[in-house]
Amino acid sequence: MATDIKMPQLGESVTEGTIAKWLKQPGDPIAKYEPICEVATDKVNAEVPSTIDGTMTEIIAGEGETIEVGQLICRIAQAGEETAPVKEATSEEAPSAVQEDEKKDEPTMKNRYSPAVLRLSQENDIDLTQVDGTGAGGRITRKDILAVIEKGGTPTKTEASTPAPPSLKAEETIPKPVARTIESENGDEHIAVAGVRRTIAERMVQSKHEAPHAWMMVEADVTGLVELRNQHKSSFKQKEGVNLTFLPFFIKAVVDSIKEFPHLNSVWAGDQIILKKRINISIAVATEDALFVPVIHDADEKSILGLAKSVHQLAEKTRQGKLEIKDMQGGTFTVNNTGSFGSVASAPIINQPQAAILSFESIVKKPVVKDNMIAVRDMMNLCMSLDHRILDGLMAGRFLQRVKERLEAYQRDSSF
Amino acid sequence: MPVISYIDAVTLALKEEMKRDERVFVLGEDVGVRGGVFRTTAGLHEEFGEDRVLDTPLTESAIAGVAIGAAAYGMRPVAEMQFADFIMPAFNQIVSEAAKIRYRSNGTFSAPLVIRAPYGGGVHGALYHSQSVEKLFTGVPGLKIVMPSTPYDVKGLLKAAIRDEDPVLFFEHKRCYRLIKGEVPVEDYTLPIGKADVKREGTDVTVISYGLTLHFALQAAEELDKEGISVHVLDLRTLVPLDKEAILEATAKTGKVLVIHEDNQTGGFGGEVASVIAEEAFFELDAPIKRLCGPDVPAMPYSPPLEKEFMLNKEKVTTAIRELAAF
Repeated sequence: MATDIKMPQLGESVTEGTIAKWLKQPGDPIAKYEPICEVATDKVNAEVPSTIDGTMTEIIAGEGETIEVGQLICRIAQAGEETAPVKEATSEEAPSAVQEDEKKDEPTMKNRYSPAVLRLSQENDIDLTQVDGTGAGGRITRKDILAVIEKGGTPTKTEASTPAPPSLKAEETIPKPVARTIESENGDEHIAVAGVRRTIAERMVQSKHEAPHAWMMVEADVTGLVELRNQHKSSFKQKEGVNLTFLPFFIKAVVDSIKEFPHLNSVWAGDQIILKKRINISIAVATEDALFVPVIHDADEKSILGLAKSVHQLAEKTRQGKLEIKDMQGGTFTVNNTGSFGSVASAPIINQPQAAILSFESIVKKPVVKDNMIAVRDMMNLCMSLDHRILDGLMAGRFLQRVKERLEAYQRDSSF
Repeated sequence: MPVISYIDAVTLALKEEMKRDERVFVLGEDVGVRGGVFRTTAGLHEEFGEDRVLDTPLTESAIAGVAIGAAAYGMRPVAEMQFADFIMPAFNQIVSEAAKIRYRSNGTFSAPLVIRAPYGGGVHGALYHSQSVEKLFTGVPGLKIVMPSTPYDVKGLLKAAIRDEDPVLFFEHKRCYRLIKGEVPVEDYTLPIGKADVKREGTDVTVISYGLTLHFALQAAEELDKEGISVHVLDLRTLVPLDKEAILEATAKTGKVLVIHEDNQTGGFGGEVASVIAEEAFFELDAPIKRLCGPDVPAMPYSPPLEKEFMLNKEKVTTAIRELAAF
């Protein structure tokens, strides 16, 4: 009896998935947890792990087919079971399979670098992928590197002249974490990396890998803003039905400042920088085990009240797992409310392909010098990571300065 | 410069030091009238008399203990253990007394003595006449341990050991005694204890060794040179204090290190050398550090084929170097 493998639930709100690629073919041996196919959903791309040890007997859903969650996609015969029908099919392929096995047995040491080789290549800026190894299994030896150095000519790291659009490139460059062999001990818990976790992992690696992150921080005196909010907190809630948080004020300050510095609202497209006309603010919303960045579209057209409502709606949707595709798309700048969980400084990772991400940290009462006197003020750090390909420190600094000024301009009796 | 054997270098150094300093005397089993079972003390009895060349009972604990006492009293004893295998009854005297007396007496007493002991196999000596014992002492702070491989080093280092203010164990490989010959200056000279010596320059593989096995490395290096493999050979000469700087330098020459000794592998001194390299020269390494050592078996076999199997030789060393070079 073969075991039925069904389309798994690959994300909170996912109802169906498209088979992107079969990684196993009928006749292939499969180990438990080994990926058998790649599935694309509207939210994530993920690999479907096998639930048992065995052999693939039958593929039901073809590549490109969209299958509902819970529907049959393939059958796997449990290890030790008869797989008679498959044997016939695989008998012809057997020789080639054996050949591949032999190839695998031949150990390649090409990418196994010794400490000396790594050190020398880094000190001399040598791209190891361009060096031929003469050691065992094609290993690059220290002598090979010394020879390259002596020649004076180093095949140095070459940057791709026309990088592919980031979304495509990500799949090519990001190593599949599945292949890692990390020892575990008895009692360790294994959590399969799939769904949103996988997407987060891939996006973060892609961003750190592609975008040269620069980081800066300014400190803002938000005493006036705190007083203003305290003044209106309860009446706002009563009148509008949503909490008056600081986040709408932050978003407003960002949006207004972006209008002065449109470069902050741009995306990197390889051979060009696209300045976006619409200002769509991504906001980071955390759930217990994942992070989403839903988008407030046309944030520049919204008042504090409008922003507060948008934030509230998106946060609710996120927590209930009801985010739709349109809620997730089109962000041009990300605001990160790290202060909500007590952080006082953070180095956020840019939400690719955006140009920057700005974290608003905890508001903390601090003694500061004001008019040559020590005063107790509500202080907050603003931390920004920027893609140094798009932005330089000067413009980013000026932008940050304007955000700060806007926040500091609020007073107890300001109107909003 | 005259060419003399390893054993003659021992005798020469003893004779010169006894002439130079009348506090120097030798003691041990059959060192006097007989001139030693290997003839290392030949002629000393005749030249310096029975007061300075003492035949002792077969009691190694007493040989070491008397030497320690005499040294504390201001003499410069050179005690001989007839075979290094027989050093065990003196172990307590050496480890608990000689090594610690300076520390224990807060510098009031010291033990400026030398304990000479022929060690090693390959002479058909079997269980009780073939052991390498250095690892039993290398972990004991307070002892200096010298293990020369050439006649030149023997003379210079034995003289330095006799003049040293603290206890020195001077291990002579008995297979080297008449096998290894080399140029030795007639004049007086000493070599610094704690300094290793590059015996051959090379660029592909570094071999670190001492004693008899160092010669296998040199022979292998000669042969491998014809295959285009260039071998760097470092002779430790002194295990304690260890010349770490020389080890790190030699490691940096090639990035591939083979440590060789006849003492068995587990707990052997090669582990210490490998640790120094791993700790302080990690980024110089181009291959795992390799050890080639005697096997972990209880004793040197009496059977000649088995003894041959136990012993390292040029072929075993050549193979090990070749493998490392290919890595």
